Amino acid sequence: MFVLVVGGGKVGYYLTKELIESGHEVVLMEKDRARAAQIVDELGSIVVPHDGCEGKYLGQAGSNRADIVAAVTGDDEDNLVICQMAKHHFDVPRTIARVNNPKNEDLFRHLGVDEIISPTRMALGSIEQDIPVHELLHLAALDNELEIIEAQLQADSPAVGRTPADLVIPEACSLFAVVRNGVATPLRSDTVLQEGDKVIAIGRADCERMLHEQLIGATEEAGAV
Amino acid sequence: MKIVIVGCGRVGAALAEAFDNGGHEVVVLDTSTRAFDRLSEEFKGQAIRGDGTDEDVLRKAGAEGADVLLAFTEGDNRNVMSAQVAMEKLAVGKAIAKINDPVRAAAYAELGIATVCRTTMQTDAVLAYLDLGKTGMPSVIAPVPHVHEDGAGPVASPVAAGAGPATAEAQARRS
Repeated sequence: MFVLVVGGGKVGYYLTKELIESGHEVVLMEKDRARAAQIVDELGSIVVPHDGCEGKYLGQAGSNRADIVAAVTGDDEDNLVICQMAKHHFDVPRTIARVNNPKNEDLFRHLGVDEIISPTRMALGSIEQDIPVHELLHLAALDNELEIIEAQLQADSPAVGRTPADLVIPEACSLFAVVRNGVATPLRSDTVLQEGDKVIAIGRADCERMLHEQLIGATEEAGAV
Repeated sequence: MKIVIVGCGRVGAALAEAFDNGGHEVVVLDTSTRAFDRLSEEFKGQAIRGDGTDEDVLRKAGAEGADVLLAFTEGDNRNVMSAQVAMEKLAVGKAIAKINDPVRAAAYAELGIATVCRTTMQTDAVLAYLDLGKTGMPSVIAPVPHVHEDGAGPVASPVAAGAGPATAEAQARRS
């Protein structure tokens, strides 16, 4: 596989190194000449010392025959442009963008970037898992704006003592498993939910508010209305 | 008209003043408040500090449903992103992004954003003054109706790698 990596910071450097070690053909673009020279010393002459946002250089680096372009610079707008140029101007089949501002994830997907890597989201996810708050936990983000979400039922949850059939679940969403005392079982429509249950759901991000109401309780915002 | 201008540099400020004088509703955004010193005391529009690539910031500035958004910061890519947020998320009527890389300028016109390229404009101005003809590229490239919505497949690209001017010429002929 031929992978074009743009951005020779820590992420780009280690990504390139790992890819070479697993036998892939890799070209790395890094616009800072000193940094580019340093990487050449360490990894060999696989570096194009130019700005990957510039159409001309993206072409020179061989993007028109790349299987994957991974844009991993520290700037979201640069990563977006690199992926869009790769996809639409050079017909690259698969583009991957690093996103620093989690708010940009949806936008980038909407604008045609195939895959998003979000270090901020990952760190946020790990932190949220360690804090027992009365909120929905985001376990994973999938393609097409789908998310896997976990809700731990507290005593005051409106879902306790009821079955999934009794709940109003948004259309584009499904509750598919329950973790009780550390044991995961598929959630059937007649399973009676208990305090402490962790209900795992999959759905679009915009179902969250309704899931929150059904599994955790009305939000403060909604309560104030 | 309601006009949002992202980037209060020389061009951004001049445009803001011109539209303001023409009686339009103008909002100017810049990440630095010092940039607003470029606006005259008579400027009646709004000047708001904030990042014009951030959807929330644009929304708060009232960009949603604006007639025109002009992205004129120093960064080509910031301009591209700002214009795309405006078109795709905020239902702005027209967005124009300043892009100084001619290849990118032509490519983004194909993705539905009008672009203006200083490189092309200045080259043309000099060539014209010296009676050497023109590059054949328009200074503002109108957007080609785009079909990229939600992965409907890539827009056909007329030219392969590294042929910048040719791409822009092809673009010029088609628009």
